[in-house]
Amino acid sequence: MRLLPFLLFIFIGIPAVSFCQKDFQKKYQSLFIMAEDGDVIELPEGVFELTNTLSIEGKKKVTIRGKGMNKTILSFKNQTDGAEGIRVSDGSDIVLEAFTVQDAKGDAIKTMHVKGITFRNVKTEWTGTPGPENGGYGLYPVQCQGVIIDQCVAIGASDAGIYVGQSKDIIVKKSKAYHNVAGIEIENSLNAEVFENEALENTGGILVFDLPDLVQKKGGQVKVYNNNIHDNNYINFAPKGNIVASVPSGTGIMILAAKEIEVYQNKIINNQSAGTLIISYTTTGKAIKDKLYDPFPSAISIHDNVYERKTGSPVGKDPLAMVLGRKFGENIPHIIFDGIKNPALLDSNGKWIAGQCISIINNKDQSIVNLDVQNNFKNIERADNSFKCEN
Amino acid sequence: MLRFVSIGIVCIFFLASFSIFEKKIYPDKLSEWNFFKGKLSDLSPSKDVVPYSLNTPLFTDYAEKSRFVRLPSGKYVNYQKEGVLNFPEGTAIVKTFYYSADFRNPGKNKNIIESRVLIKEQEGWKALSYVWNEDQTDAIREIAGDEKQVEFIDQQGITQNIRYVIPNQNQCKGCHNSNDQLMPIGPSVSQLNGDLNYLTGKENQLKYWNKHGMMQNLPSFASIPKTAVWNDPLSGDLNARARAYLAINCAHCHRREGPAQTSGLYLTESETDITAIGINKPPVAAGQGSGGRLVDIHAGDANASILWYRMQTNNPGERMPELGRSLAHQEGIALIKEWINKMK
Repeated sequence: MRLLPFLLFIFIGIPAVSFCQKDFQKKYQSLFIMAEDGDVIELPEGVFELTNTLSIEGKKKVTIRGKGMNKTILSFKNQTDGAEGIRVSDGSDIVLEAFTVQDAKGDAIKTMHVKGITFRNVKTEWTGTPGPENGGYGLYPVQCQGVIIDQCVAIGASDAGIYVGQSKDIIVKKSKAYHNVAGIEIENSLNAEVFENEALENTGGILVFDLPDLVQKKGGQVKVYNNNIHDNNYINFAPKGNIVASVPSGTGIMILAAKEIEVYQNKIINNQSAGTLIISYTTTGKAIKDKLYDPFPSAISIHDNVYERKTGSPVGKDPLAMVLGRKFGENIPHIIFDGIKNPALLDSNGKWIAGQCISIINNKDQSIVNLDVQNNFKNIERADNSFKCEN
Repeated sequence: MLRFVSIGIVCIFFLASFSIFEKKIYPDKLSEWNFFKGKLSDLSPSKDVVPYSLNTPLFTDYAEKSRFVRLPSGKYVNYQKEGVLNFPEGTAIVKTFYYSADFRNPGKNKNIIESRVLIKEQEGWKALSYVWNEDQTDAIREIAGDEKQVEFIDQQGITQNIRYVIPNQNQCKGCHNSNDQLMPIGPSVSQLNGDLNYLTGKENQLKYWNKHGMMQNLPSFASIPKTAVWNDPLSGDLNARARAYLAINCAHCHRREGPAQTSGLYLTESETDITAIGINKPPVAAGQGSGGRLVDIHAGDANASILWYRMQTNNPGERMPELGRSLAHQEGIALIKEWINKMK
């Protein structure tokens, strides 16, 4: 007799459960809060509307797994609270897998202070025509260690689709980024491998940046290889003020003030302004007050890449496009260097000291221009074979 | 009808079952804590529960707040010049958010929304949220957050209808965070260094705490720092009031140990690096939150300052603070505008 209410509960409860799941936000937020070490939380198939950030905090070895990138869709179109779609903070060995985060009001998925964060088969997208009202970052690990981004897709971010900032030990592979301002960006991060990705139709395809005034000061040891970086000619739609607002449209790879970078065996095709752009932070015109910051790129090797572009003027109206267009008309060199070297890394003859040079060799259709930004473009010239390191 | 009732039961059962996983069982009802005596909604403190207030509080959608602290019997907190006080294990802080029906008659016809309990355990602080029922007879613990429609008449006599958001347990730590540890935000000596109306009369809070054995090792009174009252020009100059306002509203995240350390913008009262305060500092990851402005603070021009823009916008992807407000704080905005515009 005592069992009767319980049985009744199960009996009537079954059809009722789906009704309960209407409150998806509350249910899954509760599960995320109560997750135990080692738990796998499965997200069902379907499109789910959320109004607030889903957050995971202080968890170990927790997996959030959907039914597939295009099967489980978390839509934040009507989000009213929270600065991101999903936020993961202060945890370890977290796996996010097989779902899509759509139309978050701020960043799509931000993970901070996580040791071991994997994004696999995850899509972040802003639907509709890309514009400055889209959120800043799609996949956004920051101050994490052990980051794996594998077979993900990022679309429409007004800053970077895949952005790894102030992190260590990073792999970004087999992913696709398009219609973002920056497709993939590695910023102030150490030991990153970026390979077998496709970055297309962004403003800039793959960026490696070092910026001032941050907690993790120095990036480096970044390898970018076997990527297909093409047709990154999208108009720059970043809101003003953000550093990516100064990325020229038509950029394949951009290296800003970063060190120890190797770029090889990539296909860098039809990025109409700058197949590869290497500049110092001073060229952005922004003031530097951080005394520990080194604004110059150094120890860079660019080799065995394939460069191609269609004959035609550079795209966009930024100063770089103007300067290049005036000088080279419709045949813009593939690799653009602003010409600014760290004086502390040059010997008395003005040559790079051992291990610090910028090497550009063995690229298919290699063509290079030195912009001579320091002298206001006065001695802008082709320098196709001037980047062979002697030591 | 039966179906609906059973759905309710299933949902309650489902949520209630979570507490099984918690290592320590906390009360499901606010009343069980015995913070208050008599009618719960009167918020009359029990004998060992002491009210406190802050000189410059955090803005939360114009909600009024009542704050109480309960130290374990015989325990006290040591004076410390800076930062949140290091309360002894077992301390409870209870903060209750409510709206008076008409702000021109504060305290009358209160609509109490939620009470947040911070409890200091051996391993650190724990945050619990209790949502008040419609009858205002008790509040029930909630972990996943909630929303409430709230109506009130503001100081100008205008009826406001807002969607008040009760944060989920993780979001508590979004603000209450220092080096990834959950921490109270308000109770530092400089914030407590002001008068409060006790049942025994008006008295400086630190003196009261000292007199009642709650705080030890107080130095000479003149040497104790005092946070300016943001809207009282007699309590400090414009700079002191603006910095106090930014400190309590922003610096729980925007400081070197806080969740916004990635931004390089640090707004504690003690910060002296003018770039870290935001002056002529370009944003790091503001996204659309830049509002098209180039720097966090453009000295002399609030309108060209990202910081000021983000105080005003209500877009969840842009607004600051990220949590705890859906309304812009017009009086705070006016203060920061004046501060930036007068900056040389």
